[in-house]
Amino acid sequence: MLKFLLEKEFKQFLRNRFLPKFVIIFPFAILSIFPLVTSTEIKNIRLCVIDRDHSPYSMRLIEKIKSSGYFILVNVTTNETKAFELIESNKIDIFLELPQHFESSLIKEKKTQLMISANAVNGMKAGLGTTYLSRVIDDFNNDIRISFLYREKKTPISTFVITPFYRFNPLMKSIFNMIPAILVMLMAVVCGFLPALNIVSEKENGTIEQLNVTPVNKFMLILSKLIPFWVVGFIALSICIFVAWLFYDFFPVGSLINLYVFSAVFVLAMSGFGLVISNYANSIQQAVFIIFFFVLTFVFLSGLYTPAANMPEWAQILSYISPLKYIIQVIRLIYLKGSGFFDMLPQFIGLSILALFFNTWAVLSYRKRYL
Amino acid sequence: MIQVEHIEKKYAKVNALQNISLHVNKGEIFGIIGPDGSGKTTLFRILSTVLLADKGKACINGWDVVKDYRIIRNHIGYMPGRFSLYQDLSVEENLQFFASIFKTSIESNYYLIKDIYQQLEPFKKRRAGALSGGMKQKLALCCALIHKPDLLFLDEPTTGVDPVSRKELWDMLKRLKSEGVTILVSTSYMDEAARCDRIALMMKGKFLIADTPSNIVNQYNEKLWAVSSDAMAKLLIDLKNYPFIKNYYAFGDLHHITMQANSKSDIELQHDLHEYLEKLKHQELFISNIKASIEDCFMALTGGSSDTLHTTKNYE
Repeated sequence: MLKFLLEKEFKQFLRNRFLPKFVIIFPFAILSIFPLVTSTEIKNIRLCVIDRDHSPYSMRLIEKIKSSGYFILVNVTTNETKAFELIESNKIDIFLELPQHFESSLIKEKKTQLMISANAVNGMKAGLGTTYLSRVIDDFNNDIRISFLYREKKTPISTFVITPFYRFNPLMKSIFNMIPAILVMLMAVVCGFLPALNIVSEKENGTIEQLNVTPVNKFMLILSKLIPFWVVGFIALSICIFVAWLFYDFFPVGSLINLYVFSAVFVLAMSGFGLVISNYANSIQQAVFIIFFFVLTFVFLSGLYTPAANMPEWAQILSYISPLKYIIQVIRLIYLKGSGFFDMLPQFIGLSILALFFNTWAVLSYRKRYL
Repeated sequence: MIQVEHIEKKYAKVNALQNISLHVNKGEIFGIIGPDGSGKTTLFRILSTVLLADKGKACINGWDVVKDYRIIRNHIGYMPGRFSLYQDLSVEENLQFFASIFKTSIESNYYLIKDIYQQLEPFKKRRAGALSGGMKQKLALCCALIHKPDLLFLDEPTTGVDPVSRKELWDMLKRLKSEGVTILVSTSYMDEAARCDRIALMMKGKFLIADTPSNIVNQYNEKLWAVSSDAMAKLLIDLKNYPFIKNYYAFGDLHHITMQANSKSDIELQHDLHEYLEKLKHQELFISNIKASIEDCFMALTGGSSDTLHTTKNYE
């Protein structure tokens, strides 16, 4: 029985003008574009410097900022109003003000004050821009301090130097954080939502009516809907892993088997969730809208963009129901840290509970509505 | 073959079925005739085990539709009113699919569908979605028959089908009957009633009457008149205002009326009406005593006047 149902599903899938191409092209397309556009490293910050000093020191600082590679120096001016105009007309993102006696007060009083002002409409750019700029200035500050000490032949005073060491992602490449998330999104769509839409479309076309009066049992029917998408989902996942290795030389440090095992549990949870949706939705339109709502909720709660620890307490509790949360953690752990199965036991338990929860719900809501 | 006892079904606010009882014998073509929304599809869905009734009991071949639904599903063929095959599979693939889920093959029951399938054969590689309306219905019938069911449910099989295909479909049903298949068919075309062995007239979730078509016609005990003139729309209004009118409705290109019983003879009645209408400047008047059809019985049973008629389809 299942064999014939599967045969039909695969036939329909392959005959679909869009889906088979989608599964092959999607991983390539999304992995070649997405990590670049979602990069959290900010470059090309437009900067204006208000230089009231025009001293060798101020020149040196400006040169140093320019050579850091993060900034585009739009203008150097002495006029504060001009800088404000530029920031208001969105021609620059940040301006740095050097006071009139920048150099002389540095030499005589051994201190001076600079001001950084940023356009915070784009909060991310403002925040990171300010951080980068202060880092460059810090660096400059150190250079000067050392040269003073050298000149005055004093023994150096001990100072702190903080050198961050990013374990597991030494270059702190945001791509390495994004790729696992992309894998997860792909799995969620292919294995969770496509079967749900497929079932709803049988309802919408009325074909379920004809199947209902045949001896096909419900369990077989649902299985025949899920299996093709599981197969397709894992093919897409494998393509993704391959493409990530090909394009970015990014390959799991940990075991691939673990990766697939966790993905399987995740897929089970997402399929269950998809089935719940398909039980409540009567048309594709309704289903798509429900899916859209939950995808957004799950993604925001997943810690993909903002760590869950930043969220208010209620949201942190809510985030436990997002399967995406666990699997993103797991894939990052396997890819970057090479964690073993038992290191990720909490995530495994979390995913298993969700899989059980959604599938039970799916079964119960199905019964309630049909027999 | 089918035993239905006091079935009731209620949707949120509508009583879809009210105290329906029905007995269909083996090997007969039983027609359920009624306007849209009278509850035909609900009854079909309950009998084909996809919907639960609120009250009552229904058995198919002695099997209960609730408890023994698995066995029943192996023995019935159901053709929903709406085209329900896979539009992205070809004609042949659809048939093959339904044959295989019933664990049979096209070849073993080919004799049942041969007459109809032969017409489809030139298009067997075409996707079902690209077939014409009549062809779709024929394919749906083939798919409902491919496992050689004892009982066939056809929910409005001729709706949206051209007259030639309609005739072919009914001829097919007749042949199936001779193969021993029991057929329960619903339709809103009154003219198809005569082709059934027995019919039930259905309205607003109730059976008005269930009998053979000829018995139903015979028990019609009123004088029925057909009237026409050069101004048919005005005529209907004038008939409505005729003091002795009982029932009046448009019927094809005539109006059918019944009049209140009195001691006058037919000729006198006809003469009076003629006079009345002539005064109202109707020309080319035609008034004749006619024999009732199934639809006239339906109208009499529903107390139908032209006010309720617009809810029913315009039958031939």
